[in-house]
Amino acid sequence: MSLLALDRLTVRRGPCPVVDDVSFAIRAGEVVGLIGPNGAGKTTLMRACLGLIPAEGRVAITGRPLAELAPAERARIVAYLPQEREIAWPITVEALVALGRHPHRRPGARLSAADRAAVETALEMAEVSAFRTRPATELSGGERARVLMARALAQEAPLLLADEPVAGLDPAHALDLMETLGHLGAEGKAVLVSLHDLTLAARHCTRLVLLRAGRLLAEGPPEAVLSPATLAAAYGVSAFHAADARGPIVVPTGRIRP
Amino acid sequence: MTPQRLVLPLLGAVTLALFVASLLLGPAGAPAGRSLAALLTGDNPALALVMREIRLPRALLGLGIGAALGLAGAALQGYLRNPLAEPGLLGVSAAAALGAVLAFYTGLAALLPLALPLMALGGAFAATLLVVGLAGVAGGALTLILAGVAVSSLAGALTSLVLNLSPNPFAASEIMFWLLGSLADRSWMHVTLAGPFILAGMGLLLLLARDLEALTLGEDAARSLGIPLGRTRALALGGTAAAVGAGVAVAGAIGFVGLVVPHLLRPVVGHSPSRLLPAAALGGASFLLAADVAARLIAPERDLKLGVLTALVGAPFFLRLVWTTRRRLA
Amino acid sequence: MRRIVAILTAAFLAGSMPGPAGTMAAADAAGSGGGAEPPSANAGTGAVARPARVVSTNLCTDLLALLLAEPGQLVSVSHVVHDPVASPLHQMAGAIPENHGAAEEIHLLAPDLVLAGEWDDPVPLAMLESLGIRVERFPIERDFDDARANIRRVAALLGVPERGEAAVAELDAGLADEKAPPWHERPVAVVLGAGSWTSGAGTLTDAVLAAAGFRNLAAERGISGMGRLSLEELLLAQPDLIIVGDTYGTPALAEERLRHPAARGLGRTRRVAMPDNLWTCGTPLLAEAVAMLRAEARALATERANLAGRGGR
Repeated sequence: MSLLALDRLTVRRGPCPVVDDVSFAIRAGEVVGLIGPNGAGKTTLMRACLGLIPAEGRVAITGRPLAELAPAERARIVAYLPQEREIAWPITVEALVALGRHPHRRPGARLSAADRAAVETALEMAEVSAFRTRPATELSGGERARVLMARALAQEAPLLLADEPVAGLDPAHALDLMETLGHLGAEGKAVLVSLHDLTLAARHCTRLVLLRAGRLLAEGPPEAVLSPATLAAAYGVSAFHAADARGPIVVPTGRIRP
Repeated sequence: MTPQRLVLPLLGAVTLALFVASLLLGPAGAPAGRSLAALLTGDNPALALVMREIRLPRALLGLGIGAALGLAGAALQGYLRNPLAEPGLLGVSAAAALGAVLAFYTGLAALLPLALPLMALGGAFAATLLVVGLAGVAGGALTLILAGVAVSSLAGALTSLVLNLSPNPFAASEIMFWLLGSLADRSWMHVTLAGPFILAGMGLLLLLARDLEALTLGEDAARSLGIPLGRTRALALGGTAAAVGAGVAVAGAIGFVGLVVPHLLRPVVGHSPSRLLPAAALGGASFLLAADVAARLIAPERDLKLGVLTALVGAPFFLRLVWTTRRRLA
Repeated sequence: MRRIVAILTAAFLAGSMPGPAGTMAAADAAGSGGGAEPPSANAGTGAVARPARVVSTNLCTDLLALLLAEPGQLVSVSHVVHDPVASPLHQMAGAIPENHGAAEEIHLLAPDLVLAGEWDDPVPLAMLESLGIRVERFPIERDFDDARANIRRVAALLGVPERGEAAVAELDAGLADEKAPPWHERPVAVVLGAGSWTSGAGTLTDAVLAAAGFRNLAAERGISGMGRLSLEELLLAQPDLIIVGDTYGTPALAEERLRHPAARGLGRTRRVAMPDNLWTCGTPLLAEAVAMLRAEARALATERANLAGRGGR
């Protein structure tokens, strides 16, 4: 059974569709890369998957229609890492990561042992336990991104939707983070992650979904989706393709102007 | 115990001390022992009347209204994720004042003592409905602030219009002084009228703790954590309208408490928007009780207005805050 | 510089002559119109030429001008004087056109004298002066001597000094009329006016209360000028008489205050409503206010005597 299934999902802003008739599904163990040029509808698609914006078509989570899930129940199944890295108050990193435990706690309840363990694991996985007592607003952009990822990890949801989690991260941390996502897949969870780095997408995702102008342009194994023809059609670029022992390398090299 | 655990007990003790001070200090200047004895036992009928019918309702209103203002300020700052938010921002205070001014102007206030607070409450709720109507039930923080500013300015303009059209200078000055806020000579009638709304409103606002925590990460993240933001908005606005509207209805518009108190206490509670709620309620109560005691000590015969005092005390705190923020950013 | 010093000196003298002001003013009433007059007015032609078109922009100068002017001499009064609540002479004001203190409307009336209050909006008055119109400003009266001075000054400016003397005599006769009750101790009174304001020391109200044989609670609580008394002070002081001024019926917070449940503690206190427009301004009507309060004092004395008599039996 798929953890997330989209069936003819369409989101309109005014008369024109921003996400147009998109259908695909994600099963447990998959790390699905959501790629496509700016404005292709990646963020909108993720928000529609959570019911944050009204959409046509059907979204099913663990086989159940989205509308049937109570917000708290949905939050225990799907974690979401938004692209905006908003942190309104200078709370400590620890306190911020613990926010991920909200769906598991009754109102007013203290953190349980399980909650604390989940927070510790998340802090370790995102490599942010070193600055656990620092105010989250005083961190650098990359550190902040990792702390917010830790918050999403602490939610311990079987499905994670991460919107450009590696934007602004140095290469080492970007690789670490993608590896973390791979671990989630290996644990039997599922990830939908939007990316702009095609090599990261090719090497760390089990499958890619390519959007252009709201429509699903290609879907399948990375090598197939990242073919020169598709890249030219989707992005208008040519690319250098290579491979090493651990997977493909795709580096955009030139602009193709029609 | 960590320092943060001490915050609430300490604030509670300060509030209690100021409550007692508010009971014992007054223009009548009776010794504390005799005043307390009169309050509890009723001997010395004249003093007992003063203690039971004037000082006690006044102190209770100071406690309740201060707590309502502090709590509403903390809740709105957390909800809008804006440290400059305060109850007045949503038009609640301005519209309650307009309701009260209309009660004065039409003469209803003179005919029926309850007319003034009831019309003020009506104004507060009408403003909230208007703001929600303008900003939408699911709208974001920015549209809400814009709608609040619009409603607030409209109510302010109408209040000025009423003052302008006022038939005689005494009525105008009476309205002006009322608008500055005071707890002088309020009775149990005011307590029984405002009390239930203040308690209910504060109850709604305290339910926000979890939602405000999650909103630290923004609206999308909060919703993804299972927070139904429609409910959050209803609690924040309904609670503010009830608690602050009732406060304005019986004591006039008292500014600065809802802005300054949460601001001052936020670092003390580790910037946690949920722990700030009870702290700001106690802090607001302390602040208003202190201001009311000060009003009676400094110049009792001038009937110093509470809104004036809270602004006089609040503004320097705020200036210091701006100064330290600037130095930190520099 | 010398001129500023002269003005300041004059102002100081004007402000600090409670006692002798009246007599001095009486002595040179025919001249410039009294000691309280600012020095600039001395440059005028004085009271010899009788102004033909006089405009008044302030309730208090309205009342004095109404009482003192020749028929037709007063061409416009402030709109307040037609208000039956604020003005005790609204019937007398009758058909005299009203003004609202605006320079434009007053200038169109072509007055040769404008009577104004010291606290009136200074901008239109300055404008009128710059247009060459004589403007005379009158200070707020704080006691009977101030009242006498203003009466004489208005009469002098209107060219009818003898009427001023008559009005002062009328006031003094009313004040001297001694039918005071046989108090061992003077009763305590307090005035709660509109907006729950009360009048303390240095007000006409205080002077009227004193002349009627009362102590003024507000003055004794340290209020000078206008101020406020809290209900608890009233309760603990237990004044003998509360005078509720019924200026403007509409929003009377003073009334509201006396509806407070705790006001039942004022059971022994006699309450009376009086038109406080009688003592708003320093006119001969002050004598009427004093007479009314003396009547209250007598009623109070009877009340107390009966009470004591019943208690004795």
